[in-house]
Amino acid sequence: MNSFLKYFTDIFHGVKSLLTGMSVTGRYFFSPGQIVTQQYPENRKTLQMFERFKGEVIMLHDSNNQHSCNGCGICENNCPNGSIEVIAARVPGEDGKPKRIIDRHIYHLGMCTFCGLCVKNCPSNALGYGQKFEHAVFDRARLTKVLNQPGSSIIKGVE
Amino acid sequence: MTFNIYDFTSFNQWIDKGLNSIMSPTWALVTEWVIIGVVFLLFYAVVGLFLVYAERKVCAFMQNRVGPNRVGPYGIFQTIADFIKLLMKELVYIKDSDKLLFNIAPFIVIIASFMALSAVPFAKGLHAIDFDIGILYVIAVSSLGVVGILLAGWSSNNKYSLIGAIRSGAQIVSYELSVGLSLLTIIVLAGTMQFSEIVEMQRNGWFIFKGHIPAVIAFVIFLIASTAETNRGPFDLAEAESELTAGFHTEYSGIKFAFFFLAEYMNMFLVASIAATVFWGGWMPFHISGWEGFNHIMDYIPPFVWYVGKTGFIIWLMMLFKWTFPRLRIDQLLTLEWKYLLPINLVNILVMAFLVLMHWHF
Amino acid sequence: MKEIINLPVSKIEEEEYHINMGPQHPSTHGVLRLVVSLQGEMVKSLKPHCGYIHRGIEKMCEKDTYPQLIHLTDRIDYLSAHINNHAVCLLVEKALEIEVPERVKYIRTIMDELARIQSHQLWWSSFGMDLGGLTCFFYGLRDREMILDIWEETTGSRFLQSYNCPGGVMQDLHPNFQKRVHAFIKTFKKKIKDYDRILSGNVIFEQRSQGVGMLSKEDAISYGVTGPSGRGSGWSCDIRKNEPYSMYGQVQFNEVLRYGCDTYSRYMVRMQEMHESMNIIEQLIDNIPAGDYSAKMKAVIKLPAGEYYQKVESARGELGLYVVSDGNKTPYRMKFRTPSFSNLSVLDHISRGMKIADLVAIGASLDLVIPDIDR
Repeated sequence: MNSFLKYFTDIFHGVKSLLTGMSVTGRYFFSPGQIVTQQYPENRKTLQMFERFKGEVIMLHDSNNQHSCNGCGICENNCPNGSIEVIAARVPGEDGKPKRIIDRHIYHLGMCTFCGLCVKNCPSNALGYGQKFEHAVFDRARLTKVLNQPGSSIIKGVE
Repeated sequence: MTFNIYDFTSFNQWIDKGLNSIMSPTWALVTEWVIIGVVFLLFYAVVGLFLVYAERKVCAFMQNRVGPNRVGPYGIFQTIADFIKLLMKELVYIKDSDKLLFNIAPFIVIIASFMALSAVPFAKGLHAIDFDIGILYVIAVSSLGVVGILLAGWSSNNKYSLIGAIRSGAQIVSYELSVGLSLLTIIVLAGTMQFSEIVEMQRNGWFIFKGHIPAVIAFVIFLIASTAETNRGPFDLAEAESELTAGFHTEYSGIKFAFFFLAEYMNMFLVASIAATVFWGGWMPFHISGWEGFNHIMDYIPPFVWYVGKTGFIIWLMMLFKWTFPRLRIDQLLTLEWKYLLPINLVNILVMAFLVLMHWHF
Repeated sequence: MKEIINLPVSKIEEEEYHINMGPQHPSTHGVLRLVVSLQGEMVKSLKPHCGYIHRGIEKMCEKDTYPQLIHLTDRIDYLSAHINNHAVCLLVEKALEIEVPERVKYIRTIMDELARIQSHQLWWSSFGMDLGGLTCFFYGLRDREMILDIWEETTGSRFLQSYNCPGGVMQDLHPNFQKRVHAFIKTFKKKIKDYDRILSGNVIFEQRSQGVGMLSKEDAISYGVTGPSGRGSGWSCDIRKNEPYSMYGQVQFNEVLRYGCDTYSRYMVRMQEMHESMNIIEQLIDNIPAGDYSAKMKAVIKLPAGEYYQKVESARGELGLYVVSDGNKTPYRMKFRTPSFSNLSVLDHISRGMKIADLVAIGASLDLVIPDIDR
């Protein structure tokens, strides 16, 4: 008799649990306000990334096209996978001594793992993160970037 | 001619007379066959494509997504785009496969569902063949599909496919019983197997209300068993994609895969139509005996709309099953059938027979 | 596998056949290859083949300095990246005998627990998907998004944060951090009820998981099955409790133990752990002390010569970190004791005699992360 009763209670509990599950999916079906999908290419204009978002490493330039990188190479030393190459040049300074300035700050985006050590360890805070994240290109060579903009110069008094 | 959306009989007769007046009766018959064939083919394709789209939209809404929305407004052309893609895909040749069976299997599956569709009454007079053993015919023909699935799994020369096919065989052979017996419950009440008569008998109340408790139980069992018979989740063991990658159609590509895909959706449509016809009155409007005014208002809604509405709701229910429940294991699947559905079903038939004998139904 | 293929047919046991699950299979969640020997649907034995995603992280660590190798530990077990980072930092701090500020401990603990929750959410999602309930996958990922947003705002990355560094963390918490965490806990406490309604209480799920993949406590200990999988067998192996690090010694939480030894127990342990993790976060989030987010560190970190071991409780078990230093700025040898590797070793033992469908459920209940196995 007991097993007979158990047979029916099993059915009852089974059906009840199934209906509970169906109520969840059914409820979401009838509440389209809960849709979480972001429709990406359409919302590109309004899409706001977080301010700390690590899209790519950039060199911060001010409005006079000046940066604060003096080409010390600490970022290059800190990079775990050789994504950064700093090519420094020496120019005669104001006091006549040769001065080390940056010629090209080369950044291989394709190799970068965004560990953040270059930005963290930069003594003059010359590097930062860009918000751009659409990095797909057809040619790998285009992932190698020169971070200091053409014609840019170092801010006075940083060194 | 008199074209009436409430009754297609006169429209059919008008076509028949017109054809007979311009050609010999034999050729008229052949032309009618061709017309019906083409109409069914179109209907099949359109409904299949729409159901794939509907499934994707429905499951998307259940999962807090928006679903396809790129091709056309609300993505309605998505499945057509998919279909074109499948048409252009390579038909992969499988090494050491049984070539003849491999190629023939998708056609068996699709033809089985196509044949079963012919007996479904869509509206008054909109009926390809009105067999007097309509239900028996549908049960017989729709279970042919499993042959295609077994052949597909066997001939693919792939162990995943084989496991899927064997599972599917065990599953469909078992669940055929429940489908048949639950329909038998209603046949006991109706006293006929002809679809048109079954629908006509529900003029003053659908069978699910007329047969009350046993009919409701039969309906629930039919819904479960037919979901299993169409290989849909939670009974999609034959193609359990987390266990067998894609089960019996793992090795199929291109249009042959599309055939399996389409057949699955058409089978779903078919069982939903049978459920709607047998339990919910098919195209018959919702009537309550005695409430003449109410019945009259209901009659204004065309039969085809009633039919589509009922079928659509049952399809939605089956989608809700699929997108809610985890999959059963093969032994649990058979336990469910042999230990739960079948005994309940047998008792249910007895109860129904007793009910009919005592005239305790409405 | 090669020896199996080359065997004459008569030598292969009758009615036994082999299938390859993986390296590309939907339920191995990566590139794990299981050569399963089947009799009908029954699993006779299985043989895991690892190494498809071996990247030589241990060797790569030998050329990197300690701050540099942290970003590699992210990629071992990508779902508990914070916890892996934490282990390296704890090891370096222990070796150098540095006391990190209180604030750092709070931040690390909260981040670890967020990592645990999101890892368990993703595990729940894929568990549901492996059992055939595809909707679970989307519900889990939907709620996980909130944690990823919290991380993105503070650390700048969603997935592989590299947020910890020896001595502290890379940058201070974002001002919105506490607000977002509160919002997350409030939302998730509601949403987790859906998880229970749709999967935990479901009769199909219960039948699929109860009594499946029995792993006794003795076997769990001898195979080294740690984490929620081991605790599902009643083995108290929570390192947060047994050898507390960071703030774990000072917060109140229960070690979740279940004694069912089956897939269902392992499932329930993880479900309960999400509640416990939220409990821990709630205790810490409002009391984060002010102060530095990093201790003062030398520019070049050199560990004194010697051997060091540090273990932490990652989302899937005990993560051990063994370092031999010869006094240089790079480790001489680095060895990770990853939980998934040990957990995988028991898969053959507990899935024998089960069905293929059970094998998938057992594999899901062990919560294997393939890069964690191969490293």
